[in-house]
Amino acid sequence: MPFIPHTRGDVRRMLDTLNDGAGADSLDTLFDEIPAAIRCQPLTGVPDGLSEMDVTRLMRERSEQDAGALCFIGAGAYEHHIPAAVWDLASRGEFLTAYTPYQAEASQGTLQVIYEFQSMMAHLTAMDASNASVYDGASGLSEAVLMAIRANKKSKSRRILMPRTVSPLYRSAVKAIVEGQDIELVELDYHRQGGHIDPASLKAYEGEDFAALVIPQPNFFGVLEEVDLLTDWAHAQGILVIGCVNPLALTLFAPPGDWGTTGADIVVGEAQPFGIPLSSGGPYCGFMCCKMEFIRQMPGRIIGRTVDLEGKPGFALTLQAREQHIRRAKATSNICTNQGLAMTASTIYLSLLGAEGLERVALASHKNIRELAQATSKSGSVSRLFNRPVFHEKVLGLPVPVAPVLASMATQGVLGGFDLSADYPELGNALLVCTTETKNAHDIQRYADALAHALRSE
Amino acid sequence: MSNTPEELKYASSHEWARLDGDIVTVGISDHAQEALGDLVYVELPSVGDSVQAGDEAGVVESVKAASDIYAPVSGEIVEINEALADTPEIVNSAPYTEGWLYRIRISDVSELDKLLSADEYAAQAH
Repeated sequence: MPFIPHTRGDVRRMLDTLNDGAGADSLDTLFDEIPAAIRCQPLTGVPDGLSEMDVTRLMRERSEQDAGALCFIGAGAYEHHIPAAVWDLASRGEFLTAYTPYQAEASQGTLQVIYEFQSMMAHLTAMDASNASVYDGASGLSEAVLMAIRANKKSKSRRILMPRTVSPLYRSAVKAIVEGQDIELVELDYHRQGGHIDPASLKAYEGEDFAALVIPQPNFFGVLEEVDLLTDWAHAQGILVIGCVNPLALTLFAPPGDWGTTGADIVVGEAQPFGIPLSSGGPYCGFMCCKMEFIRQMPGRIIGRTVDLEGKPGFALTLQAREQHIRRAKATSNICTNQGLAMTASTIYLSLLGAEGLERVALASHKNIRELAQATSKSGSVSRLFNRPVFHEKVLGLPVPVAPVLASMATQGVLGGFDLSADYPELGNALLVCTTETKNAHDIQRYADALAHALRSE
Repeated sequence: MSNTPEELKYASSHEWARLDGDIVTVGISDHAQEALGDLVYVELPSVGDSVQAGDEAGVVESVKAASDIYAPVSGEIVEINEALADTPEIVNSAPYTEGWLYRIRISDVSELDKLLSADEYAAQAH
């Protein structure tokens, strides 16, 4: 075991041994060989620390900005009803850790919860295996890209077909994570009337070498993709398929394992819709599933069920040779933890609702977006941009710029949606709006009235 | 005491090589399989891949470790041991026979001279 000096005396004695016994003046001189330009600079943008009292005041002020408004923003984070039992159970001391425990002999309860989570996610996605979760949906997609590059032995390229119908936030996270690793993300455009990936547009890429195609379902516009055609096309080209899905939608639509004739190869997404509050953007919980043939390329913890010496069932970490504590620099990922607490909440949520409850949540969310689209179309000046089926989000076209309309709606207590104009300027004044089961007919009418009022005053 | 057959050549990274015509069969030594423990998975290169001596070509995974296999000579992979997909443990039970990993069509036979003899390898490994 190396001894890391940490008292001032230790450091001095360590420095004295350097440079063939001549010694070094200070720790800083040890970093001299790193060019100044790439060394860590003082963090000028970060303010000084605050007292607990000041932090509490700041957080209270911030939380009041969210409180009370009727939220119709989706775009990757969804407000669903969370039964009180979910966090009452998840906050128990026995569960309250973000870490996957190593010690099977001391952690059977937690390991079983993770095993149940993996089983439920594998079942929902119709895939063979699931890991113990990753940080969030966007980091899950980044890991899926890296995994596909390792797993696709037929492809000699480090290129990924990345549709613009994938969340721009996810795409930017993926770019940040994989760009430095010599991986090329090739942007795939979408059909302007449908708001989906036009399968015919893939012809242009035939014969080119890609490691994987990402297929969002539903996509960032809420629109359903032609998953069967896209999957079959990719597999015919030797391209792996990464499904990036809202797991709630899988209760209504074909799960990725059933896409096309051969099914998706890797499936990722955000488990936030399952019992995790919006919390201004996190912490959330990513999930990651795959076909059995690729499991050794999967990053993250995996819990397996086994038997002990007496033949009794038990749970333990499995396939650990993929991970960094064994494979070091060649590990499948440096993700060695999971979102333990959020994952626990999702597992409890799924157990409470069951298959039927989940389907009812999904159906109610879908029914509400149809009603909202009808209610808003009465004003005459609001159009529906895409003509293809959606899950629980829809893109509305406004006659005027979106930002001031949203600001006006907010003053009426309604958070009206996500302004698409920065990420998709070609769509004009486009607004992405979401409904979940938490909205009722009165809420939808309030939305339509607030929007009409905002448009009149513009 | 591990077994080191006289007729084979060895790499210091614990692979063995046996020449038949222009085909070199590659495996890992008895010493290596003993050190790794029970193998649970063997990842092999694809037939048709071309490799340079010293390239990573395959991984052997035991319950406690995963180690890269390095190609002992340069050439093209012409055959892999398909049986290892379902029964990796034969690398433990028969490292020099049924537990071979893959076969390379060697591009330069003189490369074999750079490998170690059984005595040299045994001296290094112990």
